[in-house]
Amino acid sequence: MSAVMPTEPAAATAVTRRAKPLSERLRYLWYLGRRSPLTLLGVAIILMVMVMIVAAPWIAPYNPDKVSLTARLLPPSSAHWFGTDEVGRDLFSRVIFGARASCGAAFMIVLISTTVGVLIGCFSGVVGGRVDTAIMRLMDVVLALPALVLAMALAAALGPSLFNSMLAVAIVRIPAYVRLARGQTLSLREQVFVKAARTYGASSFYILRWHILPNAMSPIIVQATLDLGGVVLIAAALSFIGLGAQPPTAEWGALVSSGRSYMLDQWWYATFPGLAILITATGCNLVGDGIRDMLDPRLRGR
Amino acid sequence: MMNLATQSGQALAIHNLSLEFPTFSGAVKALDNVSIDVGRSEIVGIVGESGCGKSVTTMAATGLLPKGRYRITSGSVSLFGHSTLAMDDGALQDVRGKVVSTIFQEPMNALNPTIRIGKQLTDVIMRHEATSLENARRIARDTLADMLIGEPERIMKAYPFELSGGMRQRVLIAMAFSCNPGLIIADEPTTALDVTVQAVILRLIQNRARRTGTSVIFISHNVAVVSQLCDRLYVMYAGRIVEHGATSTVLETPQHPYTQALLRCLPERVAPKQELEAIPGAVPNLVHPPPSGCYFEPRCKEAVELCRSRSPRLAGPDRQQVACWQRGAAAETSGQGDRQ
Amino acid sequence: MAITRIIIPRLILLLFVVLGVAVITFTISHLIPGDPARMIAGDRASAETLENVRRNLGLDRPVVEQFTIYIGNLLNGDLGTSLRTGRPVAADIRTFLPATLELGTIALFIAICLGVPLGVLSAVYKDGPIDQLARTVSVCGISMPVFWFGLILIYVFYAKFQVLPGSGRLAMGIVPPERITGFLLIDSLLQGRFDAFRSATYHIVLPGFVLAFANMGVITRQIRASMLDVLQEDYIRTARASGLRKGMIIFNYALRNALIPSITLLGLALGDLLYGAVLTETIFAWPGMGTYVVTSIQTLDFPAIMGFTIVASIGYVLINLMVDLAYMVADPQIREV
Repeated sequence: MSAVMPTEPAAATAVTRRAKPLSERLRYLWYLGRRSPLTLLGVAIILMVMVMIVAAPWIAPYNPDKVSLTARLLPPSSAHWFGTDEVGRDLFSRVIFGARASCGAAFMIVLISTTVGVLIGCFSGVVGGRVDTAIMRLMDVVLALPALVLAMALAAALGPSLFNSMLAVAIVRIPAYVRLARGQTLSLREQVFVKAARTYGASSFYILRWHILPNAMSPIIVQATLDLGGVVLIAAALSFIGLGAQPPTAEWGALVSSGRSYMLDQWWYATFPGLAILITATGCNLVGDGIRDMLDPRLRGR
Repeated sequence: MMNLATQSGQALAIHNLSLEFPTFSGAVKALDNVSIDVGRSEIVGIVGESGCGKSVTTMAATGLLPKGRYRITSGSVSLFGHSTLAMDDGALQDVRGKVVSTIFQEPMNALNPTIRIGKQLTDVIMRHEATSLENARRIARDTLADMLIGEPERIMKAYPFELSGGMRQRVLIAMAFSCNPGLIIADEPTTALDVTVQAVILRLIQNRARRTGTSVIFISHNVAVVSQLCDRLYVMYAGRIVEHGATSTVLETPQHPYTQALLRCLPERVAPKQELEAIPGAVPNLVHPPPSGCYFEPRCKEAVELCRSRSPRLAGPDRQQVACWQRGAAAETSGQGDRQ
Repeated sequence: MAITRIIIPRLILLLFVVLGVAVITFTISHLIPGDPARMIAGDRASAETLENVRRNLGLDRPVVEQFTIYIGNLLNGDLGTSLRTGRPVAADIRTFLPATLELGTIALFIAICLGVPLGVLSAVYKDGPIDQLARTVSVCGISMPVFWFGLILIYVFYAKFQVLPGSGRLAMGIVPPERITGFLLIDSLLQGRFDAFRSATYHIVLPGFVLAFANMGVITRQIRASMLDVLQEDYIRTARASGLRKGMIIFNYALRNALIPSITLLGLALGDLLYGAVLTETIFAWPGMGTYVVTSIQTLDFPAIMGFTIVASIGYVLINLMVDLAYMVADPQIREV
């Protein structure tokens, strides 16, 4: 009762939002940012990482794979901001290029697990009956297991490579999305507009494609955003223990792994790639938290 | 701690209290120059539709509003002669439960679900009275028995979810009365209950208050509920008091168009088969700057040009005051509720 | 009784989970691109030797039969033989498990002791400087790459300032106490070996803190969220209106109720703890299951990897079952209905 925040029904928002002038929207953004400076920081971090991914060749001062045996294990300096590695490659350039492998892997993991999870979940929810029960019991079994341990075993079995570790992590994360998507489907199935579609003879596929999927997506996208930070860490960790990206590849986890042997004397080698992981994951988590707070009606307007 | 016996003055005197909630879209003016007086041993009602500021008024007076989320722009609150607005947290904690108790609406969750009833009662008693646990349990038992609870011992051992809504509401009332406060604020105490239970509960509060000389403020959106119990009535609309007077006078000869409309909405007052009336329109948006003039003007059948430009203030004899240009407020020269 | 109604389905699920893990690990072992027989026998082994190894491992029989044997062995507690150590995997796990349990217990203890108060403060002073600080710390914990954090702490406390050891469970030269529980801290005390106790304490500080930090973030976030939920409940308003002191309201009336939903989360956090332990142990050369499994991964020792997966999964499921029971005991609404 204490607040009058914009809480129009969803249908109305789209219209009014569009009508609002840019200055008003910027002001709203500024208002949110002032209330939650940490979320703004997260947005800034993610933008920075995105720039790194897109513009790596222009930002990086050196070729990340160029070996220079005369410049081995140099400490940070104005020429090499993050120092160099054991074969004289510029670590700053490698960290920047590493964003592609690390964040790309994380993004692919989330993309694969959401896509497959949503397809199975919606299918299960629409079909119902025994098939649904069987699928969900199977998912319960997988969900009851420690996902990351399973992913390690799977990645080990598939053989160490960035792609295989991505696949392994994606697979163990599918059940959570299946459950979420199925829940959405079940509640949407009871909505009047879906029932209406059924009464005038729309096929199950049509209903799934045009009524359920579009409406089920938004909570799933929120969940995927929230998961992204954790996935960045997992992907890097698997590379670190040797299951993911293999050494010459510039990938943050693999860089920390190579730098580990030099930690005691050449601290910079492992430090900077690890810092990149920390900062990126922090950015993702801050934005995920911010989105959740914004969407949570209990927290909104407080 | 305040000692009631030596206190002078009225139980509660709220004078020209204005309060706003800052939000993204601007400050929402929740209370506009609200004045409420409650005498010793007096039972007073505040009525109005949801969101009109009834609860905000009393919660502001007892310091229960969430800190930092509201701003008091003017006015004073005096509880038995002491200003509560000036008190710090510690002093307010001493006052609440001992000098003024609040009984809230929605009894399903007003008691802690994981703590036994007896413990919740004795926690409050031992907080305010320097007494042993045994004695506190005795007081709790007696107060529960006073609320016509048959087996106080059994109830004290129970968890809230094991009791019916009516029983939980009685426990809450017992809790409010347990330290013999001078003022009880009953905030929609029966809204969630069955009609048959409602009457019993209200009588319990009234009887105990009359017997102990406790002052009571009844807050309700239901005029019928309040009318049977209160000596005086305040009618609130959109954060302002629009009418005030002795209960019988207000109910028999309502002056303000809003009060009249409110009474026409009562099913009890309408002949069978006759259609129930609803008040057209909605409460105005009070985001700063609030609309000028009388807030009820857009929904009022009798509105004239003056109503649109200036806010009327309460005027009239003590037995019935009304804030309406059409009902004698014209004597006032300036609407003090206008924008500052 | 409500409790049995809730427990029986959980026990049935447990059965399926164990069977599921067996199927999964069995499938994974058969997915292996490399030839395990070749791996054991070595690259230069003759065809005949390979054939022998295969027969010994039962790899020449039909898949269904292999699976039946596999399940039978599992039921007998036989997890196969490690290709690397040549010992039964079950025996290896018995050797390494206590170290991991000790590290995990200490870490969980630290995480709860720091995380719960931080979460409470954060919720009580929402949006204030304490809240901002607590949220920053907890986000850092959640976002921290455990393996990197361990390296940094080793660099600072071991290499730079030389105040804490950076690897192992005991200093060189200290004879480990006789094994009773396998927990060095307990065994050394039981035998009055204070030198060993001191050394073990020093050794567990860094890995314990590294492992605790990430979980502390999760706990802080959870406690904060559920405290915020609870603090806006009507019964808190009742308590405030009754004049109860702030401290009493926060600890006796709010925290209690906020902890109940957090209990289930604790079970799930154990999954993170397990995985974090794998990384932490690797960094600190902690002789536990994590180090064992990572070494096994690096040497493609599949019986060991699968044995670890099975034990970890079953342990995880059992602990979650216990957590759910604790939840029921804590919540009177479930307990007494």
